[in-house]
Amino acid sequence: MTKPAPFDEMLVGSDAFRTPYQTYGSWFSEQDPARLRKKAREAEEVFRVTGITFNVYGREEAAERLIPFDIVPRVISAREWTRLERGIEQRVRAINAFLHDIYHRQEIIRAGRLPVEMIARNEAFLPQMVGTTPPGNVWTHIVGVDLVRTGEDQFYVLEDNARTPSGVSYMLENRETMLRMFPELFARNRVRPVSQYPKSLRQSLAACAPAATDGKPCVAVLTPGIHNSAYYEHSFLADQMGVELVEGHDLRVVDGRVAMRTTQGYQPIDVLYRRVDDDFLDPLNFNPDSMLGVPGIMDVYRAGGITIANAPGTGIADDKAIYSYMPDIVEFYTGEKAILENVPTWRCSDPDALAYVLDHLSELVVKEVHGSGGYGMLVGPAASKKELAAFRAKLTARPGNYIAQPTLSLSTVPIFTRSGLAPRHVDLRPFVLVSPDKITITPGGLTRVALKKGSLVVNSSQGGGTKDTWVLED
Amino acid sequence: MLGKTAGGLYWMFRYLERSENTARLVEAGQRIALTRSSSAEAEWASILAALGAKAGFDAKYDATEPQAVVDYLLRDRDNPASVMQIVAMARDNARTVRTALTREVWEAVNECYLTLRDVLARRVPERDLPEVLGTIRTRSAFVRGALHGTMMRNDIYNFARIGTFLERADNTARLLDVKYYVLLPSALHVGSTLDNVQWETILRAVSAEGAFRMAYGGDTQPLDIAEFLIFDGRMPRSLKFCVRKLSENLGHIAMQYGARMQSQEAADALTAHLEGQTIEAVFEAGLHEEVAGFIRDLSALGRQIEEDYRFIA
Repeated sequence: MTKPAPFDEMLVGSDAFRTPYQTYGSWFSEQDPARLRKKAREAEEVFRVTGITFNVYGREEAAERLIPFDIVPRVISAREWTRLERGIEQRVRAINAFLHDIYHRQEIIRAGRLPVEMIARNEAFLPQMVGTTPPGNVWTHIVGVDLVRTGEDQFYVLEDNARTPSGVSYMLENRETMLRMFPELFARNRVRPVSQYPKSLRQSLAACAPAATDGKPCVAVLTPGIHNSAYYEHSFLADQMGVELVEGHDLRVVDGRVAMRTTQGYQPIDVLYRRVDDDFLDPLNFNPDSMLGVPGIMDVYRAGGITIANAPGTGIADDKAIYSYMPDIVEFYTGEKAILENVPTWRCSDPDALAYVLDHLSELVVKEVHGSGGYGMLVGPAASKKELAAFRAKLTARPGNYIAQPTLSLSTVPIFTRSGLAPRHVDLRPFVLVSPDKITITPGGLTRVALKKGSLVVNSSQGGGTKDTWVLED
Repeated sequence: MLGKTAGGLYWMFRYLERSENTARLVEAGQRIALTRSSSAEAEWASILAALGAKAGFDAKYDATEPQAVVDYLLRDRDNPASVMQIVAMARDNARTVRTALTREVWEAVNECYLTLRDVLARRVPERDLPEVLGTIRTRSAFVRGALHGTMMRNDIYNFARIGTFLERADNTARLLDVKYYVLLPSALHVGSTLDNVQWETILRAVSAEGAFRMAYGGDTQPLDIAEFLIFDGRMPRSLKFCVRKLSENLGHIAMQYGARMQSQEAADALTAHLEGQTIEAVFEAGLHEEVAGFIRDLSALGRQIEEDYRFIA
């Protein structure tokens, strides 16, 4: 029995192009492969000189690496995007309502739609946030919703990133690079721009300024420092927004405000876009050993002296066990059926589900509830007998730590290789900005692509690459 | 502007200046080794001393063998002041202050690092040395060019310049400190083959042989060299030129911030001191003492700048 070929977003058969790709396809057919290869090398050189790198933990030699960039864009039609956009907006509204509820009255639990254990024994739930309402009641200022596709109209949400989603700098730099490399393509296709993102981000953050703000809100980006894997993105965003990039040692609490040490003294910050995990944010309130945060920032926060974006404690919404309840969560808070589907998910904490998962381990993808970055997961069909046995033992020991999903036949988009176009699996992370009065979704997002033939793992830390993502105008 | 950013800019440009200076000293040493091999070992030793690298080198090597010195100064990981280590630190600082730099300046520093990482990946064979040293100097010049051509003339620019001139003054002073004895009038009478070599090293190390000939003609007197390096306000590596620039740049910051700080007083005092001195008086009082005093004052000025502008918490 052979598996049916995965849905390819560009090609129908071997030489016909799907509608959104028709203009690109006819351009591509006219190109000299040697010229394209040269362009691909040039693109790589641009990334190298610009220093668009990420750090890989635990590999000193290759401490900074480029994320491979593929020159074939991923194209989404206006019709496809409109539906995704509606679904994303609905989901993000529900996530914010859920977060407010879960740190206040917990109506969803009272209504019996979510078991109390999901919260009570969940490490992602922050008791310090109970009863707190962030300025503007915005919890997730920036969200990344990871989508996968399996067919013409089948999109699934793979996971929500409600803490500090990364990758938006690649979305922006990929477009810049494409514009530089292939200006003629943008004359032929009407591609919706993405370059307004940093400006929107700054406005969106400023709109969430706390009561203590005096005058124009002062926004800053908090980074763990140059050794963090996403440092490039932190400095890029600060630079593009025109705000300061601060580290914990630049900050201290002065007169009830969090202030940064400038050459002329301490200056209060109104909105802090932090790219530091909750746990490291405040050594007085969380991990006492943290050198990355600001002692006392949580007290200032609760007193309305600063906005922290995203709010502490939002991790409860992107927890993978909570994920399986997301269709209920959307329905509970919006009164509508979820527009975007969830991938069917077995919660291994449930004995029946666990029994099923153990029986079908070689067909499933098993993930850690709190994991990310593609680490600690098992891709059943690709695993050896030995790996399966090892994972079975881990799973039996701590079932509550895992969820399982069917292996989806992810869609493919071709990449450009030495021997021409070759299909590779992709996913999509659109970026969503939330302010008190509106939700802004940048058209497209970051397309990550598995560069190895047949691989389903698109994470950059595990050899994935990226593509420019086009949403076409109507 | 963040205090950390001011500090990052200051160090970034100190490191870049130092790497260029080291390359120049290696070039001077190499030249002497090629032309007058008999005095080469002593010259290399004094170059190590001028760079503050003598103790580290002696701990690692038994003899002052030229190849070893060059390798130690250019690329040794054990030498925290090797060109490669310093350029890596300059780039780390540039990454920290990335938001304060134009894309051009950042790319120039990044390319400087990436290029040197390639050319200094292995021991540099003697035949390739001139080319490698040239690369180091050009890469650093690109950064300077991007700075001048693209940066706003504000506090960011001024902190970058302060780092440059503080380091440069320190480098010239340290060279004088190591070589002062060959510039003393008595040196004329010491020994039989009075070594123009030594003077040549000094002038080459500050890229000023041509300029010196123009200013003083063909007749090389040690007193003139000392005067040139300390007092000639036209010479961009002289002590006077550098401290004037420090006063100026600090003055721009004071104007922008509307506040005069202690460091400004210190820089002005140092400038005034050099403006009021003559080379004759310096020799009278002792060249060595004068230079040692200058190095102390300069490092105190550096600490005062760090404090005034809150480089660290």
